[in-house]
Formats: sequence, structure tokens, C-alpha cells
Amino acid sequence: MSELTESDPRPDTAAGAGAKMFGSPGTVALRADGLKITSTAGKEILHGVSFNLVAGKIRGLVGESGSGKTTAGLACMGHFRAGLLNTGGSVALYRDGEVLEVLSLNDAGQRKLRGGSISYVPQDPSLSLNPAMRVGEQIMEVLRIHRPEDSERDRRGRITEVLAEVGLRNDKAYQRRYPHQLSGGQQQRIGIAMAFACRPAVMILDEPTTGLDVTTQAMVLKTIGELTRRHAVASLYITHDLAVVAELADDVTVMLRGDVVEDGPAKQVLYSPQHAYTRRLIRAVPDLAGRHRIGEVNAVTGAHPIVTAAGPIVDAAHPIVDAAGTGPGAPQGPASGSEPVSGTRAGERAGRHALPVPHDAAPATDNLLNATGIRLNYGPAQVLDGVDLHLGVGESLMLLGESGSGKTTLARCLAGLNDRYQGNVSLSGTQLQPGARQRSITERQRIQYVFQSPFSSLNPRRTIGESVAVPLQMAGQDSGRQQRAKVLEVLDQVKLGAGYIDRRPGELSGGERQRAAIARALVNAPSVLVCDEVTSALDVSVQAAIIDLLRTLQVETGMAMLFVTHNIALARHISQRMAVLQKGRIVDVGPTDDVLDHPQSDYTRELITNVPTL
Amino acid sequence: MIGTETKTQTIQETKAPPGLLRRMLAQRQGKIGVVLAGVVVLVAFLGPVLMTLITGYTSTEFVGRPFQHDGVFGTDNLGRDILSRFLDGGLQLVIYAALATLLGMALGAAAGMLAAYQGGWLDGIIMRGNDVLLAIPQLVFALLAITVLGPQGWVLVVVIGITHAPRIARVARSATLAVITEDYVAAAQMYAVPRWKILLREVLPNITGPLMVELGLRMTYSIGAIASLSFLGLGLQPPTADWGLMINENRIALIIQPWGVVLPVLAIAVLTVGTNLITDSLARASAHLNVKDTK
Repeated sequence: MSELTESDPRPDTAAGAGAKMFGSPGTVALRADGLKITSTAGKEILHGVSFNLVAGKIRGLVGESGSGKTTAGLACMGHFRAGLLNTGGSVALYRDGEVLEVLSLNDAGQRKLRGGSISYVPQDPSLSLNPAMRVGEQIMEVLRIHRPEDSERDRRGRITEVLAEVGLRNDKAYQRRYPHQLSGGQQQRIGIAMAFACRPAVMILDEPTTGLDVTTQAMVLKTIGELTRRHAVASLYITHDLAVVAELADDVTVMLRGDVVEDGPAKQVLYSPQHAYTRRLIRAVPDLAGRHRIGEVNAVTGAHPIVTAAGPIVDAAHPIVDAAGTGPGAPQGPASGSEPVSGTRAGERAGRHALPVPHDAAPATDNLLNATGIRLNYGPAQVLDGVDLHLGVGESLMLLGESGSGKTTLARCLAGLNDRYQGNVSLSGTQLQPGARQRSITERQRIQYVFQSPFSSLNPRRTIGESVAVPLQMAGQDSGRQQRAKVLEVLDQVKLGAGYIDRRPGELSGGERQRAAIARALVNAPSVLVCDEVTSALDVSVQAAIIDLLRTLQVETGMAMLFVTHNIALARHISQRMAVLQKGRIVDVGPTDDVLDHPQSDYTRELITNVPTL
Repeated sequence: MIGTETKTQTIQETKAPPGLLRRMLAQRQGKIGVVLAGVVVLVAFLGPVLMTLITGYTSTEFVGRPFQHDGVFGTDNLGRDILSRFLDGGLQLVIYAALATLLGMALGAAAGMLAAYQGGWLDGIIMRGNDVLLAIPQLVFALLAITVLGPQGWVLVVVIGITHAPRIARVARSATLAVITEDYVAAAQMYAVPRWKILLREVLPNITGPLMVELGLRMTYSIGAIASLSFLGLGLQPPTADWGLMINENRIALIIQPWGVVLPVLAIAVLTVGTNLITDSLARASAHLNVKDTK
């Protein structure tokens, strides 16, 4: 960290140049030096973290979950979560020409600081705003506490001002709204307005855009960037999203398990990283352009063939997979002339592993899974509004949608988890009942669903082996020993060793749990795998490994995959075809490259322009 | 490659947190509770076997005149040896209390889980039925049932068990509501696992924390209720030795010969305090994985 201190301007010059203003751009506003934090159980969480925040600049603090980035951010305000102790280091705040040692202040002093000179924007605005309080009042609360000397009229003026600064309407009616009457992006901007109300010298932003859509995220990021630069605030932006950092930050600090491994200007850290961990982290970030591949296996993209014939393992275990391809399609002729049907069939009989099929013109009859006119409403809210979707044998389709688009609902309808839809779902020509319980055992086995959060989808009280064996038990064909053998086999397939079979989910990391959840879906050798946001709860490097695994499995087993996600950047890494869902309607569908290069709808175009890139 | 790295690491690092019972015993409160309750339960279980060895008399044998200071603790209202009656009088109380609690747990947990899982009209019926039962005072309900059916052991157990059920059902229902939103329940539904199996395998193991707490609390109440009923003469019938009964029989001579009242009162008090301490530490153990930190 020596290079840091050399390049820093002396804090004394801040006072001289800025006179009474603390926020003259380019001066150090906060310096954290050798922060050490230990848990009460004696484990060291931070091993001496140092960084400084410069007025008018944004420092990105990057790291995976568990790296201690939030702990370091909160330490800047002198806050340590329950069970954590500060065992060394200092945090110095330079304002009005004086130096404040944040960590040696008493409680009252720190309270005065927080919200006043140093403010914090938490991750989830829907949790951090009081739902029973009008948004104007919530901003007012901050001002009342930190500006007791101001008149009520001054405070009202400041609220109007700060709302405009964060790009929101500032009339009386807007101030009288409750948080639930605002969108997620607006809520987060209210959070930022609260943090900015007292014109802080330092803002700590803890993943403020994680829960937001790309379009909203882009707007919030713009607001943060403008505020920081125009008002010379020193910002610390905590995130795991390197692409966001690339868009926003001036400097980047990379953390790994409580240590700073790399620190420097954003361009240098992101484009010529020095530390191996940073390089690995950057390699794992999916890019929209698909220039590099994440993971070790080649991306499943339009350039790569669709797997049509199953490998020998699947053939032996489930001849259905084969029948799905040939059975229903055989009597009917191809609807589209461009489809080389006879060639495909011949190839299949010959047992070839992969065959190129022009995916854009696949006839409906040849589809493995067909959904037509899916509608679903909860009262007046139309969640799905006539969705048509088809999935070919061995094909990988990305279903892209933002929160509230109905993508999870659609995936759950297909898997039989939600039986309240109207419309028609058919699997290789046979119409399926809406609910999983009404479907036959084979139908249930052939469509498998992987849940979003591996922290919720595995029963914490049962071993991995027990959880994975549930589908086998329900099929009821195997003895206990055969089941165990199959479970071991599938655990091996998802690259979890046999050692995991008798362990509980609590002992596993997020990525391992997701592998176990995928194993449960694979154990019956499905022909369709529905993956619902399977990587959204995971770190980028783990995401890369899971994507890698899914591609490998798809090639090995020849199953079709519906990959539901909000992350458009993954498109070129996982899918041959993609469908874009907006407010319950499919607005764009086609081969991935076509959709990305020539989007048909404004919505898709907007998504593509707003996606942050590295 | 990052995946494999973290994998090997977690294999070395992660150690299963200590189980609920061990976490309970790690607290001083828990230890004291176990010792207190354990001593009384031990007395209750070994008493009937040991009484003739210790005192030379059975619990129903007349050894002298009433309220004398013969033997260790003297004689009771009919001239029987108080220590013998004390040693003999706890077993049925403890067993009945345990059975009543278990019955209440089984009924309450089943009703609560069913109500939460099925929802809709069944939830309404079960929970409103609960409210009706809750509206009747526990002891009045027991009095009524015993007057009608007679003071038999099974009536005591069933009546007290039933009066416990609604309270346990409420706890089970709210705990279940939190669990059924988890994806593993949805996964089980997707695999068409029978509903009773979902409740038994996916839900029940995940609500044992609050249920264990409720178990301890209800055990305390059961002991109190059975002792009270015996005191009122509606529990175990004379000449059987019973702690609740002993208090009633000997309270008239509290000043001349206090042991006949003091011994059973002490035993009941120590037992309830002990189970309460166990319950408290169980509650803490189920809420925190690292109980030592929170002390």
C-alpha cells in the first residue's frame, strides 16, 4: 500500500485549498488504514485493509461474498456488526481542515457523524425505507436530526432540492407518497436522497443496484456518478459486479478473504490486472459480446451445434429421449421446407453426437416442449399474457426478463409448479396437465426444474444424498442400494464427489449447493431442464463454474434447457436461441445472435444499450 | 478451477455446528435445569423401588398416630410415613405429565402444520376450533371432563393433552408458515411427494426448534395442572401416594408437621423450575448457533 500514500495529496492541503469547504475535488476525504476486524469467536475477518476516498471520485470495492467488503465499508462509519470487534487500524475523516479519528470517537460522536458527514446507502431500498412513512418525511427525519438549527422552511427547501438532485420529481404530492407507491429505482433514489440530504463528505454505497433491472440500474448509477462529481463527494461503491465498477468507478480496490489484493485506478486494475485473483475474477465476468468464454467448456451458442442425439448413458437409461426426437415428428411432415428432417433422422439412427439444425425455422411438430397461449392472472394483474414458446430437442433457450416480467411464473407453469394457468403445454406432442401431481411419473421425470436459490431449495435437515434421492423414491423403481448408486453417479456428474452424499446443505457453499440441486434435477435423466435464475444468488466465479457445468451436462446428456435469467450478458454463453419477456408477453424471440444484433423491440434494444460492460 | 479450489477448502474448514442438545448444555442455565429436573425425576422413578429399603414402610402402611415426628420426616394425617409417601408419590405425576405433554404435542403439531400447509377453509376450521378450545379455562375443562368420566389416569392425560393442543397448534402453524415458502417444499410438491410425507420429512424437522421450546413449557404446565387436580381431589385417588394429594391431605397441620406439605411442594417447584430453565436454554440454542457468544 506504500504506493498509495505516495500518490495521495496531503490532507493539510485540503484545508488550505478548500477553505471551509471539505469537498474540494481531488483531496482525500477519508483514509482507512490497516483496518483489522476480528469476530468474537477469535477469527480475523479483515487483516489490515487500507484505502482512501478522494472527494469527487468513486472508489469501487470489489470482492466475492465473504471477502469482507461490506464489513470494511461499515467500518468507515465506525460501525461493526454484532459479533465483530475492531482490533486495529484507524479511519480518519478529513473535513473542514480537521482530522477526525472515527474509530476513537464515542457513540454520540459517531452518531453525529453518520448521516451527517458520512452517509450510507443500503442494498435493498424496499427493506431500508419505512413502509409506513411518507418519503418526504423520511428525508425530513434525517434533516431534523442533523440540522437542528435550521428552520422547518429551510429543511423543506432542502428536501425539494435534494429530490431534484437525485433526479426525482420534487412537488408536494410526490413527497407525500409512501415507498410502496414508488418503483424500485425510485425507492433507491429516495435512499440516496436521504444519504445526500446533509451533503455528506463521504458516501458509502453498499450494492445499491443489486436488486434493480439493468435499465433502472443505469439510471441510478448515472445519478450516483453525477452527485459524486458535481458535489465533490467521496464515494465508496461496494459491489461484486465488475461491469458496474467499470462503468462507474475511478479507482478500484479488490478484496479477497479480508485482504486487499489489488488497488489502483479502474482502468489499470480492470484492463491490466496484476494479481492472479483479479485476473480470474475478470475472466469469469460474462460479456454480452461473447468475446471471451467463461469457464473451460466452449459456450453453447448459435455457432455451436444443437445436441440432438443423446449420449450412450442416456440412451441406455431412458430411451424416451430418443423417442421424443423421432416418435411424434415422424408421421407428420415438416412444416418448414428449410428443415432437413430426413437428414436429422438418419443422423440420429447413425448415433452421431451432435448435429447442426437450423433453429430459427424449427417446425412446431418437431418440438420437444411446446407452450401455446399461456395466460395467468392474479386478480386484475395479468402476469402472463398469451405466451407461446417452443423448445427443440437438445436445444438451449434463454428466457430473458426483468423482475416482474413473469419469467419465473412461466418457468413454474412449464414445470407444473404453478397449475393456475390457462393455455396448453405439451411435451413431445402429448398435452400435459397443469399441476405436477396430475402429470404422470414419466412426464414429471422428463421436465425438471432447478430453483433460483440453492439456499432455499435444499432441506437443511436432510443430507444431500437424501434430497437428491427424492425423485428416485417417487419413481419407485429402484431399491435403496440402486438409488444410492444412482445418486453417487449423478453427484459425480455435477462434479461433487461421493464425499458429499452424507453431508448437510449447511456445510456446503452456495455453488456446491447449486450443484447438488442440479444433481437432484438430473438424477432421473430429464429431457428438459428448466433453470430458473440458477446463478443469480452466486458470485461471478461460481456462476462461471455453474454455467460451465450446465453446458457440459447438456452436451453429455443431450437434454434441452430453458435458461431463465435477468442477466442478458449470459446470452452468448449459454443459449442458441433467446426469448425476451416483458410484462407477460414475448417481445423478441429468435437465434441469440439475431436478437442481440438486430433486436425487434424497443425494449430489447434498451436492455442491450443499458447493460454495463467491462 | 475456482470452483474446485473453494470446494477442497470448505471440506477442510467446515465443521458441523454442535447439535441443539449440546448447544443447550453449553449454557450454565441449561446445566442447572438438567440437574434440577434430573434429581426430581430420579427421585420419582427410583422412589417406589427404594422406599421400603430407606424407611422400612410402604406408602400406604400405618406406622403410628397422625402428624407425629416419628422417622425422618414424621407421619401424615393418617399416620403414614411421609418420606415413604413422598418417594412413592412422584412417579405417576411425572409420567402423566409427560404423556399429557406428548399427546398435546402430537395433536397440536399435526393440527398446526396441517392448517398452515393446506390453508383455506381447513385452516379456518382448525384455527377457529382452536380459539373455541382456548376460550375454555384449562382447569374448568379438566374438572368437567373428570366429573363426567371419573378420575382415571387416562382421562387426566387426554384432557390435559387436549387443552395443550391449541397453544401448540398456534406455534406449529406460525413456524410452518415460514417453512412452506421455502423452495424445498415446492421441490417436494413438484416431485409429487405425498402431502403427509412433505409435512413429516420436509416441514417437521425444520420446526423442531420452536416445538422443543413449547414442549418444555407445556411440560411445566402439565405438572402444575396434574398436581392441582390431585390437590382438588380430582386426580389420583386416596390411598395412592401423590404429591398433589399429599399437599391437600397435610395442609391442615402445616404448623405442627410441615414436611408433609413442604416435601411435595419443593419437589414440584424444583421440577418446574428445572424444566423452565431447560426450555429457556433450548430456546436460546435453537435461535443461535453460537450460544457461548450471546451469553
